[in-house]
Amino acid sequence: MTYLLKPKVAHPSLRRNSLGFTRRDYEGTLSTLCAGCGHDSITAAITEACWSLEMEPQNLVKLSGIGCSSKTTAYFVSGGHGFNSVHGRMPSIATGANAANRNLSYIGVSGDGDTLSIGMGQFCHAIRRNINMLYIIENNGVYGLTKGQFSASADMGSTAKKGEANAQVPIDPVLTALSLGAGFVARSFSGDKAQLVPLIQAGLKHRGFALIDVLSPCVTFNDHEGSTKSYAFSREHYQEVVHTDFVPKMPEITTSYEAGEALSVQMHDGSQVRLRKLEKDYNPTDRSAAYADIQRRLKEREFLTGLLYVEPSPADFHDLNETPASALNAVPYEKLSPGSEGLQKILDRYR
Amino acid sequence: MSATPPALINDFVVKIATVNGTGSASANALLMKSIFRAGIPVMGKNYFPSNIQGLPTWYEIRVSKAGYVARSGRVDVMVAMNVETYGRDVMEVSPGGYLIYDSTWPRSPLLKREDITFIGLPLARLCNENFDGVRTRILMKNICYAGALVALLNLDLEKIRSLLAETYAKKPKLVDSNMKAIELGYNHAREHFSCPLPLRLEPMDKTAGHIMIDGNTAAALGCVYAGATVGAWYPITPSTSLMDGFKSFCEKLRVDPETGAKNYMIVQAEDELAAIGIVLGAMWNGARAFTPTSGPGISLMNEFLGLAYYAEVPAVVFDVQRVGPSTGMPTRTQQSDIMAAAYASHGDTRHVVLFPAHPEECFYMAATAFDLAERLQTPVMVLSDLDIGMNDWMCPDLKWDDSYRPDRGKMLGVEELKKMDRFFRYLDVDEDGITYRTLPGVHPKGAYFTRGSGHTQYGGYTEDSTEYQIVLDRLKRKFNTAAQLVPPAIVESRGRHNIGIVAVGSSHGAVCEALDVLAARSIGANYMRIRAFPFGAEVKQFLEDHATIFVVEQNRDAQLRSLLTLETSVEKSKLRSILHYSGLSLSSEFIVEGVLAEIGEARRPVLVTSPSP
Repeated sequence: MTYLLKPKVAHPSLRRNSLGFTRRDYEGTLSTLCAGCGHDSITAAITEACWSLEMEPQNLVKLSGIGCSSKTTAYFVSGGHGFNSVHGRMPSIATGANAANRNLSYIGVSGDGDTLSIGMGQFCHAIRRNINMLYIIENNGVYGLTKGQFSASADMGSTAKKGEANAQVPIDPVLTALSLGAGFVARSFSGDKAQLVPLIQAGLKHRGFALIDVLSPCVTFNDHEGSTKSYAFSREHYQEVVHTDFVPKMPEITTSYEAGEALSVQMHDGSQVRLRKLEKDYNPTDRSAAYADIQRRLKEREFLTGLLYVEPSPADFHDLNETPASALNAVPYEKLSPGSEGLQKILDRYR
Repeated sequence: MSATPPALINDFVVKIATVNGTGSASANALLMKSIFRAGIPVMGKNYFPSNIQGLPTWYEIRVSKAGYVARSGRVDVMVAMNVETYGRDVMEVSPGGYLIYDSTWPRSPLLKREDITFIGLPLARLCNENFDGVRTRILMKNICYAGALVALLNLDLEKIRSLLAETYAKKPKLVDSNMKAIELGYNHAREHFSCPLPLRLEPMDKTAGHIMIDGNTAAALGCVYAGATVGAWYPITPSTSLMDGFKSFCEKLRVDPETGAKNYMIVQAEDELAAIGIVLGAMWNGARAFTPTSGPGISLMNEFLGLAYYAEVPAVVFDVQRVGPSTGMPTRTQQSDIMAAAYASHGDTRHVVLFPAHPEECFYMAATAFDLAERLQTPVMVLSDLDIGMNDWMCPDLKWDDSYRPDRGKMLGVEELKKMDRFFRYLDVDEDGITYRTLPGVHPKGAYFTRGSGHTQYGGYTEDSTEYQIVLDRLKRKFNTAAQLVPPAIVESRGRHNIGIVAVGSSHGAVCEALDVLAARSIGANYMRIRAFPFGAEVKQFLEDHATIFVVEQNRDAQLRSLLTLETSVEKSKLRSILHYSGLSLSSEFIVEGVLAEIGEARRPVLVTSPSP
């Protein structure tokens, strides 16, 4: 049961971040997902990323919709508020929450059903508004809680547990996000924590909408031979094209990077994302080229992974709406009401 | 039809039939405002099509020295500018009334009536002779009839001139052309007819301390004063002008003079599902947020409203009701979302609903809605309607108490949290059904998990029957508490009468007049105007105290009556329905006829729009 708290027995030798927190302090309640579920690895990666980013737990807002993936917001950072909303509607909750207070970090966890079917509209419009949030899709191509129906991300020809082959064209969230103008688009694999953690760190620091589509095999309903979202198939077919390192903001830059294939992208808080191209011809700063490469390789059943496209600091939701730097929920009432004197002037227009 | 002849001075109805998109709105607004400025109480109702240009539209102006704000049911002067509807417009004039038409073209003698006076004005010819351009001629023809009415009804031409100058302060050329059209109509009427008519206007002093405002604008202003900072919406008639109003007020009042930053955010959502989601997200995170919508939007918002009820997230929804079911008639008025609002969403849900009766109450109830939503941590729906929302109503000046501060309800801050051992979101510490909440970012101790799935009073997930029921039963207690916090019904006791009339919202004006008319016929009745759901003790008391109760409402299925029978122990047979669901604003005459029909003194009402034999 998820309300059970894990015992917080911290061994004195556990490393603490500058806030004095150990990794355990960024955990949540016990997961109720199946043993071996890819989602739990993603939860662990989020925990690691938040610890290493030295986030105040209360400054992380966790949002989700409905489904296995959406349950996971209870499984990390119990010191942050969580909102497990309704199916496919998490982006609107995130939009409203972000409107009210721009100075918190927002992480949305969704699944392929929650995002690409029932929530497709809200997902697209959150990108369009450039909500400052990290949106993680835990993508397993299958509806788990209802026992194994194909989702909209299921690849053509991929088979269900009982052998039925999917005949419909999949919707790819990475290509969708690229076409809608997202400024941070990544793909990863739940089995590759080394790749995933810096992507989550970078995504949380990106100003605007950051998407990480994480292939996250469903051990119960979609891990068989014939499935293109199984552990075995994912390991074999995922291809990292851009390796990402996250470099937190330092009082003084002490490390210098060698020129060459490394590309450094500055985040708005001064931290840096350092990209190392693993494929010479792949360009993560050219949207059209990235789109074409990802699409071409998808046809060859290759999932390109890494930070596939990044465009630093476009105007986010609040910039576009010209709101104050402080949170809207903290504007004093005196500034919001024109008072009785103001009312008299307003009424004169209606005589 | 009532057989009483119209009182001649300051008590009659002018109805103007035109074609949508021909500029008649400006002409009608000009007439309304000049009557209002002459100190005469006036009502305006716009019956417009769901169309941009070309379909028939009517505007009804009622002047009432007694200050009645509803339709009377009469038409004393019809300005029949629309050839397409001319036949029915002629038939609608009350006996003894006047019909003004464009005499540029001949009218069928078949449409003649002996009991009304026809006044032909060659409006098209006058405008064709004096203005260039097809569009200008069409627009000016409508200003021209306003000019004729100025003469026929005895308005002050100079005051019209200054009103035009005010209206078109930024476009002085329009003042001249409009004034020219006014004078064309004015002079022609004076030269060819005896002006003014016996039925006419005389200046009064009864509009001082009043404004003319529509309910959507007033509600928008209420949101500004309530301290709302986030508005999310999807455009839908007839609620659109509410967000337009909020935007316009915020652009003037909410931009920081030093930084230029906007202390508000308006999000035009992709649909109503997202609009209510944004409101929930914002209010969950401590900003006052609202969404204006109409029936179809409420249908779409149901899922989220259920979540907000169960997870206890405040929200404010303005439902400016229109005619249903389905798309219905988007530009016509009804009160047909009462049940949909009260019980929105699946499962056991009940919601707080407010029923403003006029724009003045839209303003005050906006602030009340936010305070209740935060105090009760639940959605509050303000059920306005097209009649209130989109028509200009004469209201007493709005007032604001500067000592007002938003009631944030039971919200724990950082200091309180620090002192606490542990915080449990859904634990009923005060035993009033209302628990404490916290905002994200305040303190790690305040963190909790909001979910629409089964949860315990400690905030954890549960599938345990007892744990689930503890929370569900507490929500019921909270709703009982709500009944004591919402605006009470207003009971107008006119004596020891067995008859009671019950109404909500925009029916109020018509009921007030109907009570006077009935009293004049020696039929006494008391009146209760319900202003909120859940019902307070005073509602139950009124139902107990009266043997025959007329429930007046603007829908087919007697939704208010159903709600009363479901939520009180009133004997169902005591409640008689007077149901108006034509889509037009309710008239006092309709209620009078309804009451008379029931208590046996009635003549059946004559349908004014049916062709005479």
